[in-house]
Amino acid sequence: MISATGITKRYGAVQALDGANLDLREGEVVALMGDNGAGKSTLVKTVSGVVIPDEGTITLDGRPAKITTPHDAQSLGISTVYQDLALCENLDVVANLFLGSERRRWSILNHIKMERATRDLLDQLDVRIRDIRVPVASLSGGQRQSVAIARALVGDPRVVILDEPTAALGVEQTAQVLDLIRRLRDRNLAVLVISHNLADVRAVSDRVVVLRLGRNAGEFVTADTSQEAIVAAITGAAA
Amino acid sequence: MTVLGMPYKLDRLRQGDLGAWPVVGGLIAIAVVFGSLNEHFLSPENLTNLVLQMAATGTIALGIIMVLLLGEIDLSAGSVSGLCAVVMTILSVRHGWNPVLAIVVAVLVGSAVGLLHGVMHTRLYMPSFVVTLAGLIGWQGLLIYLLGQGGTINLPFDGFIAGLSDTWLPPWLAWLLVAVLVGAYAAAGVITRRLRVAAGLPVKPSHWIALRIGGLAVLLAGAVVVLSADRGVPLLLVIFGALVIGLDLVLRHTAFGRWMYAVGGNAEAARRAGINVTRIRVLAFVLSSTLAAFGGILAASRLAAVNQSSGGSDILLMAIAAAVIGGTSLFGGRGRTYAALLGILVIQSITNGMLLLNVDSSVRFMVTAAVLALAVAIDSLARRGSAR
Repeated sequence: MISATGITKRYGAVQALDGANLDLREGEVVALMGDNGAGKSTLVKTVSGVVIPDEGTITLDGRPAKITTPHDAQSLGISTVYQDLALCENLDVVANLFLGSERRRWSILNHIKMERATRDLLDQLDVRIRDIRVPVASLSGGQRQSVAIARALVGDPRVVILDEPTAALGVEQTAQVLDLIRRLRDRNLAVLVISHNLADVRAVSDRVVVLRLGRNAGEFVTADTSQEAIVAAITGAAA
Repeated sequence: MTVLGMPYKLDRLRQGDLGAWPVVGGLIAIAVVFGSLNEHFLSPENLTNLVLQMAATGTIALGIIMVLLLGEIDLSAGSVSGLCAVVMTILSVRHGWNPVLAIVVAVLVGSAVGLLHGVMHTRLYMPSFVVTLAGLIGWQGLLIYLLGQGGTINLPFDGFIAGLSDTWLPPWLAWLLVAVLVGAYAAAGVITRRLRVAAGLPVKPSHWIALRIGGLAVLLAGAVVVLSADRGVPLLLVIFGALVIGLDLVLRHTAFGRWMYAVGGNAEAARRAGINVTRIRVLAFVLSSTLAAFGGILAASRLAAVNQSSGGSDILLMAIAAAVIGGTSLFGGRGRTYAALLGILVIQSITNGMLLLNVDSSVRFMVTAAVLALAVAIDSLARRGSAR
């Protein structure tokens, strides 16, 4: 559905990306892996409009897409959850979910409509938060990650990009977030997960794309691939 | 249908959100202490004076809250209030302008000053502390320059401007106002509850709402009874109260208000959510200076004059202290406009009580400092205790 082809990006003397490719399909979870400096973040940033590539094309449903700002990406239905979550800790769950896209008429907030929509969305995603009117600061790490992911769904996107969604979480909370990622797939979204954690990647992804030194270093169907093969692709040992 | 009641409130308390309760407790303590030391303190006449004394600085404190919500500071509020009062007085007294027009122009001057501060902060990337410190010094200089020789301009006692602080609501109007306020609050509570039930959202038990409506009615009626025993409800209190309530509604129920809290909580998150952070910041400084101008005009009205110390001495520090004592966070993102009302009530009560007791102002400063420190300490400890 969305394809990035031949993406090249150079920062001064550093070749961050050198003709990298990425394909995402509806109802599929793709894990993007690679060592530090392999170009994962840069590739994702070109899709989410934060970085403009030097070369390469991005197509959406076969048509070339012009993505030069995060706003372009959002209006094309590409939603990104950053590693730092970008939540306002002093605001409650409802306010965070609708931040910047508040339901309102003549600037007057429609609190009831937003709270109803929040409860419905959290119920659908099976996210359990006891009181959604308390500041996000009082939620657990897993709950915050869930709120950030739920927020990415507010604009009805087609593609959701998650940057290291389980990096800061404990075992139980990681399991909750992985469940949540599966439910995104069940909603027929294209999901891209950047991760360092092989166990999580094997638990949740359908396909693994490995980058190494800015180039594609392998693509695997998760179910048919051994952990060793993925590690070998990441480190370059196979060559 | 889930019903949230007392346990819900207790949850908030456990999370360290003490709300306004420590301040209210402090006010009661102040009333008891000064009331027992001097029988005149709680007399209607003195309470009326208290209200008149607090309106101007309270309005400035309201402006300070607007910038504190973003985690910024406005040190120029005092100077700007004095400057705008001088502008108004010169226009109306020396140039014979219509007083209403002079007030409008003076308030606009305040807005322009705030715009300048906001632009310097957001476009030149100057810290708000430095921008407004320059403002504190510079606008004070402009004030003295404009006053020129003599240094004092009197406002006619029977004029419109001085009349602002010497106008009293007749009892029927005061009671009508109470009825309208309580009625509007009750209607909003009942309608919101119905809409929430219709949308299948949890609501608080109806006796909880009834209790709040009753509490408001008792509070307002009590104020009117006490103030009517003297000269009546002062217009100044109505103006200040309207600003507090109006701004609170704007902050809690409009997108602009929501974005103020968002920028104060996490500016980067707000930016990524598509909020124009620069515009919100500039608007906060404009609001702060505009309210400072308004406060300065109220102060000039009460004094019926402007002079070189207009907006000077401890006005700025008391306004900031009031905002903080009332529960506004210095780090942004937390606080309501009622903090200005509660905080200035605490500070002005102490000032007023100390004056009645003939205590030297040295003691007054030390006591005010202790109250400020205590208020912040209680808030910080409550939050720390609840930290995960």
